Order: sequence, then structure tokens, then C-alpha cells
Amino acid sequence: MFLWFHKLGSPKIFYRLAQRLTPWLGGITAVLLVVGLYWGLVVAPTDYEQGDSYRIIFVHVPAAWLSMFVYMIMAVSGAIVLIWRMKVTEAIMRASAPLGAWFTFLALVTGSLWGKPMWGTYWVWDARLTSELILLFLYLGFIALQNAIEDRRTAARAGAILALVGVVNIPIIHYSVEWWSTLHQGPTVSKLDTPSISLSMLAPLLVMAVAFTLYYVTVALMRARCEIIDAESNSSWVRELARQREH
Amino acid sequence: MTPQEFFYMDGYYAFVWSSYGLALLVLLINLVIPRWRERRMLRRLAREHRRTRRSA
Repeated sequence: MFLWFHKLGSPKIFYRLAQRLTPWLGGITAVLLVVGLYWGLVVAPTDYEQGDSYRIIFVHVPAAWLSMFVYMIMAVSGAIVLIWRMKVTEAIMRASAPLGAWFTFLALVTGSLWGKPMWGTYWVWDARLTSELILLFLYLGFIALQNAIEDRRTAARAGAILALVGVVNIPIIHYSVEWWSTLHQGPTVSKLDTPSISLSMLAPLLVMAVAFTLYYVTVALMRARCEIIDAESNSSWVRELARQREH
Repeated sequence: MTPQEFFYMDGYYAFVWSSYGLALLVLLINLVIPRWRERRMLRRLAREHRRTRRSA
């Protein structure tokens, strides 16, 4: 087990593994996306209160979940970066930030496109929406910090600290709808014993959530490959890789 | 359900389809960027190495 962990810590082995995994992960993601979209847009019944506008849930909720999940991955990688200085986790952390920012952006925009017909407004400064906006700024701050610091390893450590400090925002987002009275509806899925969403809507939502998660893993691995090439550009295996690509 | 009903989305077509359209656009952009970036990086590296080999 430890040996396996140690091996994955080698940028070269990680790169090769990522290279081999991405087509498979990408393929499964594409299939799940098609199934989830068909199920959510065509098969799932119309909501008796919200009509068909509720179908935005199938992109909004997975995007919002991923915005928090990706941040947790960054925070955990950040801790590993600070303690063990692993290059591979540096790559994963840096590869995750732009994806997390995109998911947060998507959650905010689809949320406001859902809010307009249901609440009558695109935006309110309530706890859920505001804390999610802060999450977007955390991602953008992390990216700006990476670009501002010349030395990669120093940048990674500074980013790791930012990611760890910002993690307090995650429970705030999650519990915001319970702690404060907000316009945003309460949790409907996480109360697993008595979910207040019908199975015919929950099933496509879960398919879309898995599809979004696999999409994140696929694209994060692709981005991490770029980070590794950048960091290891002077090593012999990357030179060899570049030479092979020429032909 | 007729195709018209499907696209009409109970009258919420503008909100539903712009949400899905934007989501697909974001997913596509993020899929293309790293592929493009990796190819460009490797090509640049190969060029640099060729130059140093020649001057050596």
C-alpha cells in the first residue's frame, strides 16, 4: 500500500497513469451525460409546482456540488503539499482550481436563471448565494496567486495555505440554508432517510452528479499532465516525450 | 410529448435552454483547453531541445 502511494508520488508514473486513464474516464463520462440529459429532460415528469423550469436542477445542483467537492480536493491536496511537499499533489491542486471556478460560475448563473422565473429575481444577497459567490472569489484568488508568484513550489505552498484557510466557507455554504432564513430552498437530497424529492427526479439528478464528478476527474487529470510537463520540463523523460510527439 | 412541447418547456424555454447551453459550453471549453495546451507545450519543448542540441 505504501509502496503504491510512493509510486504514484512519482510525476512520471502519475503522468503515464493519467494518460492511460483519461480516454476511459472520458468515455464513461460522455455516456453518463447522454443518459442523464435524456432522463432529466425527457423522461423525468414535470413538477406540479414549478412546471418544467425545475429541470435546471439537473445542471445546477451537480455544478454546485462539484464547486464544493473540488474545493475540498484542493484543501486536502493543500494539506499534503504543506506536509509532504509532493509534486503530484501540487499538480492536482493547481489543476483543480480553474475547474472549481468554472463549476462555481455555472452554479451561480444557472441558479440565477432558475431564480428569475421562480423567485422573480436573478439575484438576492442571501446567505447561500453570497457564500457561493465568496467561493468563486476564493478560486479566483488562488489562480491569481499562482500567476503572481514566479517560483512554482513557493506558489504551490502559498496556494495551499489559501485553500486551507478558505475551507471554513464550505460548511457555511452547506448549512447556510438552515442557519439563516434564505430565499434558497432547503436541502432536498442530503436528508437521505426521507429525501423530499421523488425518485423519478432524484435518479437522473444522481446520474448527472456522477457524470459531472467523472468529468472533473478526467479534465483535472488532463490539466495535471500539463502541470507536470511544465514542472518537469528539464527531466529526461519529458524531453523524450516531446521528441516522440514530433514524429 | 411532441417536439414543440419539449422545446417550449412549459414556457420556461429561455431559462432552461440557456442553462443547459451554458453548461455544455463550459464543459466543452474545459475539455479542449488542456488538450490544446499539452500539445503546444510539448511542441515548444521539442523545438527548444533541438536548438540546444544543434548549438552544443
